[in-house]
Amino acid sequence: MKHSLLFKAGILSLMLFIYGCGQDSSTSSTESAGESNTAASSTSGEPVAIDENSHFVPVLSYRTGPYAPNGIGVANGFVDYLKVINARDGGINGVKIAFEECETGYSTARSIECYERLKTKGPTGATVFNPMSTGATFAITEKAPVDKVPLITMGYGRSESRNGSVFPWNFPIYGTYWTAADVLVNHVADINGGLDKLKDKKIVLVYHDSPFGKEPIPLLEKRAEMHGFNLIKIPVTHPGVEQKSAWITVRKEQPDYVFLWGWGVMNSTAIKEAAGVRYPREQMYGIWWAGSEPDVRPAGDAAKGYQAVSMISSGKTRVHDDIMSYLYDKGNGTGEVEYVGQVLYNVGMLNAALVVEAIRTAQGKYGDKPMTGEQVRWGIENLNITQEDIDALGLTGYMYPVQLACSDHEGKQAARLHRWNGNTWEYSTDWIQADNTLLDPMVQTQADAYAAEKGLQTQACES
Amino acid sequence: MFYREAGQFKTSYQSDQAVFPIFQDRVFIALWLLLAFVAVPLLANEYLFRAIFIPVIIMALAAIGLNLLVGYCGQVSLGTGAFMAVGAYAAYNFMIRADLNPLICFLLGGLSATCVGVLFGIPSLRIKGFYLAVATLALQFFTDWTFSRIDWFTNYTPSGSIAVQPVEVFGFAFDSPLKKYFLCLFVLVIFTVIAKNIVRGRIGRSWMATRDMDVAAEIIGIRPIYAKLSAFAVSSFYIGVAGALWAYIHLGSWEPLAFDINVSFSVLFMVIIGGLGSIVGGMLGAAFITLLPLLLNQLPVWLGFSMSTAMVSHLEFMIFGALIIFFLAVEPLGLARLWQLAKEKLRLWPFPH
Repeated sequence: MKHSLLFKAGILSLMLFIYGCGQDSSTSSTESAGESNTAASSTSGEPVAIDENSHFVPVLSYRTGPYAPNGIGVANGFVDYLKVINARDGGINGVKIAFEECETGYSTARSIECYERLKTKGPTGATVFNPMSTGATFAITEKAPVDKVPLITMGYGRSESRNGSVFPWNFPIYGTYWTAADVLVNHVADINGGLDKLKDKKIVLVYHDSPFGKEPIPLLEKRAEMHGFNLIKIPVTHPGVEQKSAWITVRKEQPDYVFLWGWGVMNSTAIKEAAGVRYPREQMYGIWWAGSEPDVRPAGDAAKGYQAVSMISSGKTRVHDDIMSYLYDKGNGTGEVEYVGQVLYNVGMLNAALVVEAIRTAQGKYGDKPMTGEQVRWGIENLNITQEDIDALGLTGYMYPVQLACSDHEGKQAARLHRWNGNTWEYSTDWIQADNTLLDPMVQTQADAYAAEKGLQTQACES
Repeated sequence: MFYREAGQFKTSYQSDQAVFPIFQDRVFIALWLLLAFVAVPLLANEYLFRAIFIPVIIMALAAIGLNLLVGYCGQVSLGTGAFMAVGAYAAYNFMIRADLNPLICFLLGGLSATCVGVLFGIPSLRIKGFYLAVATLALQFFTDWTFSRIDWFTNYTPSGSIAVQPVEVFGFAFDSPLKKYFLCLFVLVIFTVIAKNIVRGRIGRSWMATRDMDVAAEIIGIRPIYAKLSAFAVSSFYIGVAGALWAYIHLGSWEPLAFDINVSFSVLFMVIIGGLGSIVGGMLGAAFITLLPLLLNQLPVWLGFSMSTAMVSHLEFMIFGALIIFFLAVEPLGLARLWQLAKEKLRLWPFPH
């Protein structure tokens, strides 16, 4: 009878535990309900219920696991922007945005589960997915055409997916990894006075050993072959806390530049290790996912002078004031107030702004009602954001004019660099253009290979 | 009352040696099959198919495979992820280079895993227990390295990530979740029947003899080299096929990380929690380890608690860990043993004396 006693004790403790949690969360939910009462009928930042008259935006986020320090910022920015659109503008042309977060822990398997869970929610199904992970993007890319849900992969995902005839459902807006890598190569060429001066230089790529980290390699190899520089690739195993051997190699090789293709805790570790082997941080350049506050703050002073490609930097503009007054001042902010205005927060916000503008564009054609994934796909492909639109949204300086087309799902092949000065990130260069004459054939070759391997019927882009 | 074998007389050796000698068990299995083949396809929606049933079925196949090795032959292995990876990459390469029928490619994937399994099973002839576990761990790291560093295996894709071709057999495409579900279910049923009969037969008995005491087994005439290597071969074949299915049917696109050491651990946990040396244990363990986290993750929403996703995720880890300890404390022999105890109680119920 020992068993049954143990069993009862276990059940009892479990019930107590669940009861405890229930109490804890029920008090907090009554609190928020009270708040929405005081805010009365006026628009508040409360989550919108998924009902007949709402767009459903699924949010894949990771607030736990080794990538949480970075994932939290992105998720907060994304969700806050959706909330402020509901609160400030009353939704998109009167149709509110309902959203639901699903925790992936940056795991591909969990991301697929979240995708399956959320794709049919809402009156018209999910409008658009933002997988927030390159591994997950690869997996969901296979499923999205079947389910007719578009993917916005802002600054990540498959580089060749900017080719809309092979990848009609993928939109790597504002930059792919090939663009970023080419920007970096062009930048170091500028410093040296031209691409031909790169001959016999030594560049080390320290990369996250995953599709994300491997993505820039074909471009860098091509560039190395063209200009005769020496490319050394050093993989770092997930999650990247163990990099001693990588940096011993860097010390031995004494490269002219180090490109850091890391994410999460790998970045701050890399900067600390670089300081450990006395490699100058001024010669280190990160990808945009290695250029935010959680990447440099843990390294302290060692991070000063480190630069990274930037889709968008830190700082605040009018929309941040709106977020403060509509959300945080009323206690409806998504996270801690310190996140507002950080690099990754702004990245998440920019990503959400793209989602909102895509839905708005789709509504222009299909009417002011909840949009389906297919309609939003049309909206993204026909996205045309002008400077006036950006000013009207209050995003001046934090969003750039972009026009997409079937042949170009990326929209912008240029980026700036920003430098960490010990306190904040500040832009260190002007816009650097990636070389499309080099990128276009590579994208075409790779996209054709993908289509051939999968036996896809591709539709040539009109015009 | 209902579950009682009184009055069921066995008049032939055949009926005495049946897999399910008791009539009620046969009815029960028939009901399960009916549920799986008829009720589930009629009732389930796409989410249930793609996120619940298909992964559980494939993982059950892998767990049964590992159970043949660990539970029946007593050879501890931490190389499950590696065997799955071999199965998946081999199937991919056969498909893309030889352009064979996908089902044949899956089986060839399994056979490739068999070859690797036999090769890495050789150390088991000299080393046992933890030491063997470490040797199989080496295989795990070796395959991780192989598939992420040797570009030939991934057909030189720049990111090292593979996107699979559609699974089409004689013009019949397994494209909808329902068709995929049936494919996996058929594979599981066939492989389960084979596994059950292997372990009942001469080979299975030689495995169990080796597991229980290898010196004694050798003395009664079982050659350890055949017993151990055949266990490695059959087990890796099952796991290889499971890996190919996992890649082609469930994931659709994968990177080497999809078959890392965590997969090895979780399949081993499935076997331990499900019950070592039991076919049904593999299935129960797979369902437990795969479904419980998802259930814990969605439970707060169903119950109407509003919690942050991070909080839910933390709770999920804590409760999941606590439940594993709880189950192992209550019944170290696993869920299969609990099931067996329930059956024994049922035989006496409602008059226990």
